[in-house]
Amino acid sequence: MSGFAVIFARDLKLALRQSSDSLTVVGFFAIAAVLFPFGVGPEPGVLARIAGGVLWVTALLSALLSLERIYASDYEDGTLDQLTISGTPLALTALAKAAAHWATTSIPLIVIAPMLAPTLHLPVEGYLPLLAALALGTPTLSLIGGIGAALVLGARRGGVLVSLLILPLYVPVLIFGTAAVEAGLTGLSVQAPLLVLAGLFVLALTLAPWATAVALRQAVQ
Amino acid sequence: MHKYANPTVFMRLANAVLPWAAGACVLLFAVAIPLALYASPADYQQGDTVRIMYIHVPAAILGEMVYGLMAAASATYLIWRHQLAALIARAAAPIGAIFTALCLITGMLWGQPMWGTFWVWDARLTSMLLLLFLYVGYLALGDAFEDQERGEKAAAVLALVGSVNIPIIIFSVEWWNTLHQGSIFKMNGEGMKVTVSPEMLAPLFTMMGAYVAFFVTILVLRMRIEILNAKIRNARITQAAAPMVATQAAQAR
Repeated sequence: MSGFAVIFARDLKLALRQSSDSLTVVGFFAIAAVLFPFGVGPEPGVLARIAGGVLWVTALLSALLSLERIYASDYEDGTLDQLTISGTPLALTALAKAAAHWATTSIPLIVIAPMLAPTLHLPVEGYLPLLAALALGTPTLSLIGGIGAALVLGARRGGVLVSLLILPLYVPVLIFGTAAVEAGLTGLSVQAPLLVLAGLFVLALTLAPWATAVALRQAVQ
Repeated sequence: MHKYANPTVFMRLANAVLPWAAGACVLLFAVAIPLALYASPADYQQGDTVRIMYIHVPAAILGEMVYGLMAAASATYLIWRHQLAALIARAAAPIGAIFTALCLITGMLWGQPMWGTFWVWDARLTSMLLLLFLYVGYLALGDAFEDQERGEKAAAVLALVGSVNIPIIIFSVEWWNTLHQGSIFKMNGEGMKVTVSPEMLAPLFTMMGAYVAFFVTILVLRMRIEILNAKIRNARITQAAAPMVATQAAQAR
């Protein structure tokens, strides 16, 4: 098995053995989304207008919440040192870890999002664009988030810090993610924002693992 | 360039530049402020509020330029391990953040009389706000570690990641803005820049020069303090280690 597959399978296995971690993220996603009707009032019209944005923002925060998990425990118990000196290129390790993070946190979010959407009165035309946008956008969140998670290793207040570093970088994904839902509701072309999301994903896929690798190398030095 | 990587050589150069930069800063502000506030004409539409432009536009340009400088210095630091480049980036960041904040604050104060509101989710305002957040993240990351060098390196990586992201952020914010924003707030501070009359251009450029001179002055001062701090730290370490070295030497004998 290649290094990528080994690391991906290991992280997946670890996440499944401690499945409460992933479930906590899903729980956070559900509760945070459900808080909005209390904040803005229960009128269906208002909720339908903001549903896409609410689901996107809460999905973004949920992904952020679980970022620390990617590297923190490996950093503390020394696994990260082993990974650095193993033959596998560090960028590939970073890619595998981001992929495992996506699989264990974002896939549950994508599954649960259509169940939360009715509580926010999202019109039916918005469902497919929302799911497509989440499927295309959340991998970018995991990839960019990996850079942040690697940068704050060993820092004081790492958890709060990572949100400060990463949230401004998440803005483009948020914009095009909600634009896709909006386009679905207003009958505009959904294809354009989805293509941009795909472009952002490809860009993150090629650049983020390298930046993460540089950050990791400094953390273990 | 490698010659100036030596802090002593650099400091000699910086000390030579400092009085000139400080002098130019005082002189240019002394010319630019009266020119901008009294001598230049009021706008036919905006009246005297147009004078905010002379503070606002240079702050915006400097805020962006300093991030570019910071990213270039960070790349230099990561590639060639020049300690001095890290020093430039770290010394420049708070100044850039202040310029960006100044741009946002003056923009809000300008927006109130002109647009009737302090804040508009205009593409430029939004990108500037996100730039400020990038600065804040950079500063916070640099200070978050016990080991100063680790902080410098992490912050340098973040500055580069940010510089790759800035064009994407600007592009996406513009897209988002055209999608959401009506054309009520079409009149924009910089929108009229191309048609600025020469009487307004002169104070603007003088002010621009004053800002640059101010930046260079503060940058050199901050770097000088950092270099002195590093020297003090090294001296303390040597001093603290001195008894131990003496005992080791005695034992060796």
